[in-house]
Amino acid sequence: MTALELSGLILVGAFLAGLLGSLTGLGGGMVIVPLLTIAFGVDLHYAIGASLISVIATSSGAAAAYVKEGYTNIRLGMLLEIATTTGALGGAFIAGLISTNAIAYVFAAMLVFSAYLSARPRLEHLSVERSDVWARPLRLTSTYPTSAGLEDYGVTRVPLGFGLMFIAGILSGLLGIGSGALKVLAMDNAMRLPFKVSTTTSNFMIGVTAAASAGVYLRRGYIDPALSFPVMLGVLAGALLGARLLSRIHTRRLRQIFAFVILALAAEMVYKASSGRI
Amino acid sequence: MQRWTDEQVEQAVGNVLRTGVIVAAAVTVIGGAAYLARHGHDIVTYGVFRGPVDGLTSVGGIVRHALTGQTSAIIQLGLLVLIATPVARVALSLIGFIRQADRTYMAITAVVLAILAFSLAGGRL
Repeated sequence: MTALELSGLILVGAFLAGLLGSLTGLGGGMVIVPLLTIAFGVDLHYAIGASLISVIATSSGAAAAYVKEGYTNIRLGMLLEIATTTGALGGAFIAGLISTNAIAYVFAAMLVFSAYLSARPRLEHLSVERSDVWARPLRLTSTYPTSAGLEDYGVTRVPLGFGLMFIAGILSGLLGIGSGALKVLAMDNAMRLPFKVSTTTSNFMIGVTAAASAGVYLRRGYIDPALSFPVMLGVLAGALLGARLLSRIHTRRLRQIFAFVILALAAEMVYKASSGRI
Repeated sequence: MQRWTDEQVEQAVGNVLRTGVIVAAAVTVIGGAAYLARHGHDIVTYGVFRGPVDGLTSVGGIVRHALTGQTSAIIQLGLLVLIATPVARVALSLIGFIRQADRTYMAITAVVLAILAFSLAGGRL
């Protein structure tokens, strides 16, 4: 294929990945890597490099809007970024040490796990009273805007959340994804934050986490400019459109369909890796 | 020195993120269009990993090659601006915490910034 044809097709595919990723809350990165490796025969290293770039673009673009709305807990995000960036550096180093087959298997496992998380209903459980001993000295408790005005919320199990964030960072650096599903899990279930706060704070952290592994990727040559530019522009445009549509359409059915797409991609990745073609 | 409120820091952080993404996308579009104008009819494949390409893997190399008009380096420069955007966000948060005289978060933010600098400097700090 010529560069023009390939760039055009990748741009369209990345746009759809960004759109679906933002509508379902899973992020474009989860789909971009299987799309590039399975549909376009791209080497896994180039695929995770291009995906990581698109992750930084969508996270920063969305965070710019979210931060101003007052949901993002910047202090909590900064504290947890110590865990995610350390993990991401480690993950990026590991990516250079293990075979592409091994990375593909981990990726498939992460796809299945994310499909499970996205299909599961999220339960809102707030805790104003039972804050962790770390929450007060680190000033992690905060307020967020609701229809009834600003409301207080507490933060529980900070060390557990910190540990989960370290794992999320490793997976981000190893697979070139944002690990948004795992970050939200840590904030919803371990730290018990309101939905809007965990979603926006997770997104806020994704760009910084990805930047930590991007330096390693860049030097190793994982970031190919000609491949990365249609991926980044496509995912960014798709994610921006998705964010606009989000308030107007029902995403429940879409998320269920998307969960099946992800399971199919996981199966295809395992099949390709086991036959040594990834 | 005037103190910043949390809201002012949030507004400034939002502006940095938006500007960074717009500038990165613009540089990447220019580089990408120039690349396709020059190499659009070349046959390309990404099926085999070629390892690091000289001039596209370090900050200095990318800037030097972009200035000579090498189209792939111009794209890479845009991607570099994108990678720098969250780093600038952390740096701005550090300034915010300094202005608020929040020692705990000055230290936390400095650690995050150091990890990012370590990654981008190639582990040579």
